Amino acid sequence: MPMSFAQKVLARASGAAAVAPGQIVDAYPDLVMSHTATWRCIRQFDRVGVDRVWDPERLAFVLDHTALARTAVEANNQSLVRAFAAKHGIRTFYDINEGIAHIVLMERGHVLPGQLVIGTDSHSTIYGALGALGTGVGFSEITAVWVTGKLWMKVPDSARLTLTGRLAPGVYAKDLMLKLVGDLGANGCTYYSLEFDGPLAAAMSISERMTVANLAMEMGVKNAVVRPDEKTAAYLRERGVEAFAPVWADADAAYAWTRTIDASTLSPMVACPHEVENVHPIEEVAGTKVQQVFVGSCANAKLDDLVEVAAVLRGRRVHPSVRLVVTPASKQVLLDAMRGDVLSALVEAGAVITNPGCGACAGDGGALGDGEVCLSTANRNFLGRMGSPRSSIYLGSPALAAATAITGALTDPREFVSERSAVNDQSSASRELTANG
Amino acid sequence: MDEQLRGRLIKFGDNVNTDVIIHARYLITIDPDELAKHVFEVLGEEYPARLKAHQFIVAGENFGCGSAREQAASAIRGAGIQAVIAKSFARVFFRNAINEGLPVLECRELPDRVQDGDALTVNLAAGTITHAGQTYAVPALPDSVRAILDAGGLLPFLRRQLADGGVPARDDPRVPRRLGAV
Repeated sequence: MPMSFAQKVLARASGAAAVAPGQIVDAYPDLVMSHTATWRCIRQFDRVGVDRVWDPERLAFVLDHTALARTAVEANNQSLVRAFAAKHGIRTFYDINEGIAHIVLMERGHVLPGQLVIGTDSHSTIYGALGALGTGVGFSEITAVWVTGKLWMKVPDSARLTLTGRLAPGVYAKDLMLKLVGDLGANGCTYYSLEFDGPLAAAMSISERMTVANLAMEMGVKNAVVRPDEKTAAYLRERGVEAFAPVWADADAAYAWTRTIDASTLSPMVACPHEVENVHPIEEVAGTKVQQVFVGSCANAKLDDLVEVAAVLRGRRVHPSVRLVVTPASKQVLLDAMRGDVLSALVEAGAVITNPGCGACAGDGGALGDGEVCLSTANRNFLGRMGSPRSSIYLGSPALAAATAITGALTDPREFVSERSAVNDQSSASRELTANG
Repeated sequence: MDEQLRGRLIKFGDNVNTDVIIHARYLITIDPDELAKHVFEVLGEEYPARLKAHQFIVAGENFGCGSAREQAASAIRGAGIQAVIAKSFARVFFRNAINEGLPVLECRELPDRVQDGDALTVNLAAGTITHAGQTYAVPALPDSVRAILDAGGLLPFLRRQLADGGVPARDDPRVPRRLGAV
């Protein structure tokens, strides 16, 4: 039977030769991620009453949602995680100094094409950037997989998006995804496995593919995947991973629908309060005053994102009525940003740099007061998410964030950016860039 | 689990998201009673009490969209809600609800026909909802999912599984090999 990507992964992970959409299987994930929520999984594990984890090699813990413990309760929860990791031999354990779970696990070579990955986070869809099937589950589900190694999964229908054209200067993968979420809606791809291919997907860096697979979650997908290729292979080789077999759909697999998107006419987009699907072109909301700009989250705080922000801010200053908060996605991103002048450009312009992690996106610092407005590079703008129930969040690209930080109001990044910066996935010094303005 | 659930409903619209159901600041607890004190509170201080005063949630499309936070389901259960009925559910919330022993029923017709405070009767075993003399059928859950709900949630189900015969070890020939780095 011709199979989609999801069918192939779930067939292998459940020990079947083939599976069909709608079928329920017992799947054995290859990687089981839990972040700050790990303490909750441990509490549930204690209530089950077994003394051993089924396969410690498959587990990964990363403390990211609250990195620095703010209270004794949080510190105790972290102690619980460290003790458990030591007792059960969980080698893939990243403590508070490493950064966002998704980014760290991919940077360190833990995620492979064709793997089934589950995590205590809805944006586990992001692992599709490396050709893996990643999906979010709750902490009890993770506990059950710690004990039995498996979980029931319904084989999803698949949909295919073929990306073509080129992103114009000042327009980014973030804009493409915001437009998509705005067009298809929060319920537009619920339960689907969303496959991305086409020349534009192939032209995207791994970091851009992360943004794609991450934002897809805001349409309700079960998972999202970008076709793995030589870039995927190069990314993995750089991280010491040589042996893997890319998985992709058969040419004659069945799809619920397929669409081709030409990104050439795309312009900067903004998701407006209080839903991600409330997307408008920047022209319709430009001039809206903001009090905070947040550059962070697993959607857009990787090195190339910080490079874009620095390119706009270099030699300029953050508007006096704006707080610019920059939270690098990982320790490696921070190190790389320190190697050029990216970090100093941000600090000199007036940014607050925080420790790598989820930060303000998940309510850890950078709270908004009553009536305040924030432009965020994250993936959610739900009511009250960043603080007061009477605050508002807009979502946009890192370049739009930087332009907004300068003017103090939502601003088209094309007023500052005339060329696409040279993005790549190498952990080398930041590139020299020119910016207009 | 009771066969016939009876009570009054509180109505919500489409795309009710997990941040609105329970804010991230409360994820510090997994106690349903504690969580229930803050359920839906971003919509107004009166919401936790309103949830407690009703027995069912009836909502539109994509209920529970957003985060994978399990506490969205346990907060609703802690508030005394006996079942959530919606036109459609977000997938992680659906799983979390089953795992927390909170019945979730998909019904496309009912939400457009009810008002806040209306009385409902829900028969989980038969898979029916009755409102104003009209009965609606709910698609049956897959057996494996139904088994978790019937056990009262994932943890009770897991304990029963372990008591019944344990789990195959990872080197058992029936278990697929891990796809990992060499």
